[in-house]
Amino acid sequence: MTLSIVAEHASKQFTLRYHRTIKQITIAAMRKQKISDSFLAVNDVSFAIEQGESVGLMGLNGSGKSTLLKLINGVMKPDAGSVLTRGRIAGLIATGAGFHPQLTGRDNVYLNAAILGMSEAETRRKFDQIVEFADIGRFLDTPVGNYSSGMFSRLGFAVAVHTDSEIFLIDEVLAVGDKPFKQKCMERMHEIRQSGRTMVYVSHAAASVRRMCDRVLVLEKGVLGYDGPVDAGIRYLHYEDAEEDVNSESSEEIETDEELGADV
Amino acid sequence: MTTQSDAARATSLQPPDAGLVSPFAGGGLLDVFRRRYLLRLLVQKEVRSRYQGSVLGLLWSYIQPMVRFCMYFFVIGLILGVHKNVPNFAIHMFAAIVGVHFFTETFSSGTRSIVKNKAIVRKMAMPREMFPVSAVIVSAINTYPQLMILFVAAVATGWRPDPGALLAGILGVAIITLLGTALALLFAGMNVFFRDFQNIVATFTLFTHWIVPMIYPFEKLATSSLGQNPWFYTAYLSNPLTVAVLLLQRAVWLPTVLGKGSFPTDVNEIGYPNLPNHLILLGWLMVLVSFVILVLCQLAFQRLESKFAERV
Repeated sequence: MTLSIVAEHASKQFTLRYHRTIKQITIAAMRKQKISDSFLAVNDVSFAIEQGESVGLMGLNGSGKSTLLKLINGVMKPDAGSVLTRGRIAGLIATGAGFHPQLTGRDNVYLNAAILGMSEAETRRKFDQIVEFADIGRFLDTPVGNYSSGMFSRLGFAVAVHTDSEIFLIDEVLAVGDKPFKQKCMERMHEIRQSGRTMVYVSHAAASVRRMCDRVLVLEKGVLGYDGPVDAGIRYLHYEDAEEDVNSESSEEIETDEELGADV
Repeated sequence: MTTQSDAARATSLQPPDAGLVSPFAGGGLLDVFRRRYLLRLLVQKEVRSRYQGSVLGLLWSYIQPMVRFCMYFFVIGLILGVHKNVPNFAIHMFAAIVGVHFFTETFSSGTRSIVKNKAIVRKMAMPREMFPVSAVIVSAINTYPQLMILFVAAVATGWRPDPGALLAGILGVAIITLLGTALALLFAGMNVFFRDFQNIVATFTLFTHWIVPMIYPFEKLATSSLGQNPWFYTAYLSNPLTVAVLLLQRAVWLPTVLGKGSFPTDVNEIGYPNLPNHLILLGWLMVLVSFVILVLCQLAFQRLESKFAERV
């Protein structure tokens, strides 16, 4: 098996600045207050993910999940250690981040796809699929600044899920969009998983992690606390109790409902 | 051409046996030129959004320099009487204005470019040099119409190209482009950490109109008591922007004044004090200097870049 994502003793330090202007800094210095403080958002994290694996990344708020995802995504660079990846990376993080409100939906699709590394020919080939998935109809040629927030993120999603990549990252994204769209996204994510791409899935929803992933990483205040099978990982987080009633349901449909709802 | 190279790039990423690499784009300016298609889209976005919702649109990029030109022409040329001593003073000044405008616009819009695109910088991985570089290109696009006006005016006043003029023009534009890109990179990076830098740049650009021979001819400076001081003279000519402006004037203005006033009829006979000695050689030297500055600024940018996502 080939390795897809390898982190070796990766750390990322953030600095909190309490004061920004010279005046404030001087006053703080005279009062012997702290001017800045630093903490490790990701602290000496090591793991290896193989090609085709689907890994859930879990942890409480502020445990460093998104920072770790940004290190994998290449938006941030570790201060110590290394994070290495193989192949192109796409994902449902920051969907629509590159959208320019004054450009039309069509122009933004091309721009966003280019930032994700798609060529002009590739975008043109997939354009119809993207538009169909986003389902924004005649709004395509109006500026995205006039879109409703649902349409805005649907278009962002549509571009992201149609990017060919070896690695696919998902960051708690199902909170947007209406139910039919969420269902469409879940289906699409399953397809992506089945296609043998490496997947990293950040979520608090135990049920959907259970369905999507075959391994779980749990972060605790930046430290990797658990790395192993899904069920044990969810128990490790004590998310089990809250999910009890979901598990008792046998109907597939209801489980899907809960799974979608849990992300909201 | 861009489509093919981008397609090649996309497929080269596909095979799973490609090595494990750091996902953090750190290829610098070379990466920018490898992804020309993205660069083109960013430039288009910038050009389209710049004058969105304004009635006059692109005309605004003519109006400002034209107003400045008229003001200087009136006050310096007619009131202070420089007009009388310098033949075709308008061309002399306009050649400098075009160069300086390209430089200051590159410098100031480049400095703001990364902070302006923070939504993307914070969340998406791409070579961050894209933003300053696209600012340089957008500035070039905005300066282009002025360049056309300059050429039309020069031709109307008797401009005939000679090989020296062509070379001087190319060297001048090369210096401004290289230096502007270098400073745009460095200040864009520093502006992420402290927004003071965009004000520093705004203050600095105030000087640029006075430290180049724009509203006064070079000859005036060279023959003044200050210009006779070798230290001052050397310092004055150490500014790559000054040399670039002199080169532009050599290209566009000097060929129009041959035989007028005290100027000889052969362009090659014009020398000190109308121009510094060995201007073309000095031009080559400044191209080299600007290139070195660009490399240094790129290295500084790469060091700053690793903190962009969290600080911008």
